[in-house]
Amino acid sequence: MSKGTNMRSTLFWTAVVAILVYMTLPAVVVVATSFNPTEVMAFPPNGFSLRWYEKALTYPDFQVAFKNSLIVMGVSSTLAMLLGSSFAYLIFHYNFRGRGLLEAALWSPLIVPHFTTGFGFLLLGSHLNLTQGFAVIVMAHLLLVTPFVTRAVFVSLSNVDPNYARAAANLGATPTRVMVKITVPLILPGMIGGWLIASILSLTEFTASLYVTASRTQTLPVAMYNYIREYADPTISAISALLILSTTAIMIIANHFLGLRRILGIDNG
Amino acid sequence: MTRQRPFFVQFLVPAVLVAVIFAAAMFNVLKYSFLEFVPGSLNVGGFTLENFTRINRPIYYWVLLDTFILSFATAFFALLLSYPISFALVRAERNWVRSVLVVLAITPLFTGEIVRTYSWMLVLGSDGVVNTALKSLGIIDRSVPIMYTRVGVVIALVQFAMPVMIILLATAISQINRDCEKAAANLGATPNTVFWWVTIPLTLPGILSGFVVVFAWTMSAFSTPQLIGGGKVLMISNVVYLQGFSSFNLPFAAVLSLVALVAALGSLALMKLLTARLEQNMATS
Repeated sequence: MSKGTNMRSTLFWTAVVAILVYMTLPAVVVVATSFNPTEVMAFPPNGFSLRWYEKALTYPDFQVAFKNSLIVMGVSSTLAMLLGSSFAYLIFHYNFRGRGLLEAALWSPLIVPHFTTGFGFLLLGSHLNLTQGFAVIVMAHLLLVTPFVTRAVFVSLSNVDPNYARAAANLGATPTRVMVKITVPLILPGMIGGWLIASILSLTEFTASLYVTASRTQTLPVAMYNYIREYADPTISAISALLILSTTAIMIIANHFLGLRRILGIDNG
Repeated sequence: MTRQRPFFVQFLVPAVLVAVIFAAAMFNVLKYSFLEFVPGSLNVGGFTLENFTRINRPIYYWVLLDTFILSFATAFFALLLSYPISFALVRAERNWVRSVLVVLAITPLFTGEIVRTYSWMLVLGSDGVVNTALKSLGIIDRSVPIMYTRVGVVIALVQFAMPVMIILLATAISQINRDCEKAAANLGATPNTVFWWVTIPLTLPGILSGFVVVFAWTMSAFSTPQLIGGGKVLMISNVVYLQGFSSFNLPFAAVLSLVALVAALGSLALMKLLTARLEQNMATS
């Protein structure tokens, strides 16, 4: 290695580290401020205390909102896993009239602004007299997160050798048996990866939820937003820290077992 | 029929059902945009085109222009900062370095808008980390306003946009045939020349799609301009919210939502056109 290459490489890695600091600084600050013993959100913290965690976990609005979020997340991500997987199977195997239109409808929540989607479901909900109930919230979340499952399962299906299913069918297995014994086990990593992503996205979705929830049904991000607008103390830092730590843990586990770079298609080795 | 196409009907029915529900929600936005606003009431009147003429006012042009400028700036800076990270993510020699990079780069995507926006409020506020650090270093005496400014909004928006940009750029970089770079180097090109004349041009499709996806995505940002802009920086999403929930003018909110939707679809269509032309050029040259 020449001197020039060394210097260029040092410069490059310094830039990379600096950019990563910019990307992660907010998360570090939020976690650090959550340990402040007083209402002052000092960074670095003035001491060490867990009182804001206690407040976050016992504040009634957050308790209700957390329960609501778990319900919405559990139902919508599980439905999204079933819908996304079956839809991926459908468009992977079959050509049919109106397929383009159906695909456009189910991919479009990725492009349509979340506030337009939320607003649409608000209007639809009031039209059907379901105003701001769980049915409308779950529906909105289902549409927003399904594309991520569809994509993950579609990638899995493309990587499966079709001869396994053919061999099983030739040996006399019924379509149901082929599905249960061959196809589903082979695409299970994609289904689980998609379900995981769908869960996290549903848990953290804010903009559309703001439109479709009421105070009784508000989800955790909406409750946090309402709290931020009224109070300034480290309670939100404590909840944020819990959310950041749990999503980071999930990402590390997902990276270990499923290989994030492979799921995202950026692995060259 | 079912024998030849196992699970066709079973899988088609739920997909169609959900697609129809989404179409119904979008249709409701369209329908409301043509209904008359009754001040002081959530109920709406009969058919009218007045909501569309109402948008023809300077204030809404400014909001649209502002949304456009902020989204463009966000896409530009996100591209600038994401390229080195994507490059390192794909080319780092050690496996653990790549793993650390992917987790650090992608995790912000999954912490949610509210957590990220709140974190930036702590960093950018008048008693925030940046101002405190600058004061203790003696660079400034009084806090510099970053919150409630366009600069503050862009600083936060760029960080939100980077994970998506990094994924798209890393995909493009990982698809480069490295023999092209080696050939250029063997012919005597310096590493700089190779990077600017071989690597960058080969990743141009990724750069373009990253730019436009982030641009379209930022056009619909809501919580960042809402909380960091604090009403002083208005993007189209904030005006939709104000119209819907402060003025209860649902028909006009519907019109603005449609404008945002058309802007997002328009920029993506433009991207398709540009990438198609680019690929054509690359194929012929």
